[in-house]
Amino acid sequence: MATITLDKVRKVYAGTMEAVKGVSIDIADGEFIVLVGPSGCGKSTLLRMIAGLEEITTGEVKIGERVVNKIDPADRDIAMVFQNYALYPHMTVYNNLAYGLKNRGMPKAEIDKRVKEAARILEIDDYLDRKPRALSGGQRQRVAMGRAIVREPATFLFDEPLSNLDAKLRVQMRVEIKRLQRELGTTSVYVTHDQLEAMTLADRLVVLNKGNIEQIGAPIEVYDRPASTFVASFIGSPAMNLLDVTSDDAGLKLVTGTGLAGAASGLDRGRYTLGVRPEHLEIADGAASGEGLSLEVTVNVLEPVGAESFVYASFADGGPQIVVRVSSHARHQPGEKLYLKAMPQNVHFFDADTGKRID
Amino acid sequence: MKRVQFSSASLPYLYLLPQLAIIVIFFYWPSVQAIQSSFYLEDPFGFSSTFVGLDNYTDVLESSSYAEIARFTVVFTLLVTFLSLSLALLFAVKADAVLKGSSSYKTLLMWVYAVAPPVAGLMGVMFFDMHIGPFLKFADAVGWDFRIGLDYFDTAFAMVVISVWKQIPYNFIFFLSGLQAIPKSLREAGAIDCRSGFRRFWTITLPLLAPTAFFLLIINMTYALFDTFGIVDVVVKDKAANNPITLVYKVYMDGFRGGDIGGSSAQSVILMAVVFVLTIFQFRFIERRVHYN
Ligand SMILES: Nc1ncnc2c1ncn2[C@@H]1O[C@H](COP(=O)(O)OP(=O)(O)O)[C@@H](O)[C@H]1O
Ligand SMILES: [Mg+2]
Repeated sequence: MATITLDKVRKVYAGTMEAVKGVSIDIADGEFIVLVGPSGCGKSTLLRMIAGLEEITTGEVKIGERVVNKIDPADRDIAMVFQNYALYPHMTVYNNLAYGLKNRGMPKAEIDKRVKEAARILEIDDYLDRKPRALSGGQRQRVAMGRAIVREPATFLFDEPLSNLDAKLRVQMRVEIKRLQRELGTTSVYVTHDQLEAMTLADRLVVLNKGNIEQIGAPIEVYDRPASTFVASFIGSPAMNLLDVTSDDAGLKLVTGTGLAGAASGLDRGRYTLGVRPEHLEIADGAASGEGLSLEVTVNVLEPVGAESFVYASFADGGPQIVVRVSSHARHQPGEKLYLKAMPQNVHFFDADTGKRID
Repeated sequence: MKRVQFSSASLPYLYLLPQLAIIVIFFYWPSVQAIQSSFYLEDPFGFSSTFVGLDNYTDVLESSSYAEIARFTVVFTLLVTFLSLSLALLFAVKADAVLKGSSSYKTLLMWVYAVAPPVAGLMGVMFFDMHIGPFLKFADAVGWDFRIGLDYFDTAFAMVVISVWKQIPYNFIFFLSGLQAIPKSLREAGAIDCRSGFRRFWTITLPLLAPTAFFLLIINMTYALFDTFGIVDVVVKDKAANNPITLVYKVYMDGFRGGDIGGSSAQSVILMAVVFVLTIFQFRFIERRVHYN
C-alpha cells in the first residue's frame, strides 16, 4: 500500500521529442487512477516512468515516502500488466507466477501458497502446468493479472491490459479488475485510450493531451464539467456537440449566422465554443420558449443502436452537424424539422481560442 | 505456417526436382561410391581393384596415427564450436544493448559476414605469418617463440584462432537477430521480476535463444569438422608432417596425395557415421530441452 506522487515529471525522447510535459499528480493510498487520452499523448511513457522502465528526464516520482527516480524497477515494489501480457513463453503458468517471488528469495512453501491462492482467485488453477502458448487470450490475460497479484506489491500498473481482448471479454475482465482492486486495496495506475473503460474503472481520471494534463477528477465530475473542449469531445460517446458561436447585444448566434434563442446570459461580447451533449438535448413541441438553449434543426439521418437512437441533424444555413439522443422508438424522417431544447446547466461554454471552460 | 494447395498432386514434386537432383548427384551418388570403394583395394592408377572386405576399416581403426588425428579433431571441434559460439554470443549481447531497434547498425554488421568468409583464411595466415605477421611481434613481446607450421601446438593454436575468427560473424548475426526478436515487454517484465541482469540472462534471455543456439550448435560442429578444411590446408600448406590435421584433411591427404582410395573411402564412411550419430544425438537429447515458440 502506498501513495504515489508525481512532481513536474517530464520526459524528453532523443533530445527533442517532449512526450510528457511536466505532469504533477498526487495519488492517494488505495486509489484507482486512470490515465486516459488519445494514442500518442504520453500515457504509457508516464506509466513507464513510474515503473522505472523509462528514465525520468526531470521532475520527481515518489512511491510512498521514497523518491524512486534512481531505483531499479525490481526494487520499486510495483507490478505491471502489459498490453501483450509479456508472459515468459518458456515457463509454465505456475513458474510465470512464481518467477518474481523466487528471485526475491521467498521460501518455496510461501511461493506455492501465494501462487495457488492467486490461481484460485483468477480461476486459472487448471492451467498451472501449461505453457502460455496453450492458453487463449483471456486466459493469458488472467495469468498476467496473476503474476501481478502474487507479488502483493504496493502498486499495480496497467498499460492497456484489455486492448487485445474481444469486446465481451473486455467488459467481463473490466468488472473483475475493478473488484480485485477493491478487495486488495492496492494503489493502481491504469492506462487506456478507451473512455468507457476509463469512466467505469477510475476513482479519479487523469485526461492527458499531448503530454499535458487537461483535467483531473472523478469520472462524473469530468463528464459534468469538462475543463476544455478537448475533454468535452474525448469523454462521452457520442462526443459532446461543439458549436462555434458569437455573443453580442442581440444574443447568441452561430458563426454561420443562425440565431440561438435563450442560453448565454452574462457572456461578454465575443466568440465562444458552445457545448451540449447529445443526451442533454430534448425534442420540444414548438419554437423557443422559456429558459435554456433552443435550436431549430433538420434531420439528416436516424441511427438506431438498440437501446437508444441518435439523430444527426443540421441547421438551416448548413453549419455543423449535431447529434441528439432520442428514444429507440422515435421515428424521425430525413428532412423533418425538429425543435431542440437543453437545460441551462447542461450548456457549456469554452473560450474560442484556448478551449478552456468558462463558468 | 502458410498452407498452399497445389492444383495437381505431382506439381510439388516437380518443384522439388532440381533440388533433389543436386542432392542425388553431389551427395548420394558420391556417398554410394565411397561406401563401395571402401571395400576394395585399388592400385594408385585406378587400373585394377581387389575386394578386401573390411580390411580398409580395420587398417584405419588400428592405425595409431588415425587415433591421434581423431583425438585432435575432437579437441579442435569442441574448442572451435565452444569458442565461436560463446564469443559470438558475448558480442551479440553487447551489441544488442547498444542498438535497440536501430536497423542501420544491423545492416552494417551484416556486411562483416558478407565479407569475412572468403578472405578470412588467407588473412588469418598472414596474421600469423613468420615473416610479416603482426602476431609474431606480440608473441615475441611475451617471450613466445611462435613458429606456425613447425611447432605442433603453435600450428594448432593458429588453426583454432583462424577458424573461430572466421565463424564468429555468422554466429553473431544469428544471435543478434535472436536477441532482437525477444519482445521489449518481455525484458521489461523480467526487469520488474528480477533485479540481477545476470540472472535474467540465464533464466529468460538464454532459454529464449535456445532454438537459435541449437541450430548454431549443429552448424558450428559441422563447420569445425568439415568446412575448416580450407583453413587447415592453408595453414599446413600440404606438409602435414608433424602438424595437427583434422580427419577430413586426412581423407584428402590419403586419397589424393597418398593414392590410397580404399583407405580414404573407409575414412569418409566412418566420418559419415560419426555425423549421423551426432545429429541423432543432438536432436534426441538437446533439442528436447529447447523451447520453440
Ligand atoms: N522510445 C521512444 N523514443 C522516441 N519517442 C518515443 C518513444 N516512446 C514513445 N515515444 C513517443 O512519445 C509519445 C508518447 O508515446 P506513448 O507514451 O507511448 O503514448 P501513448 O501510450 O499515450 O499512446 C509518442 O509521440 C511516441 O511516438
Ligand atoms: Mg501506450
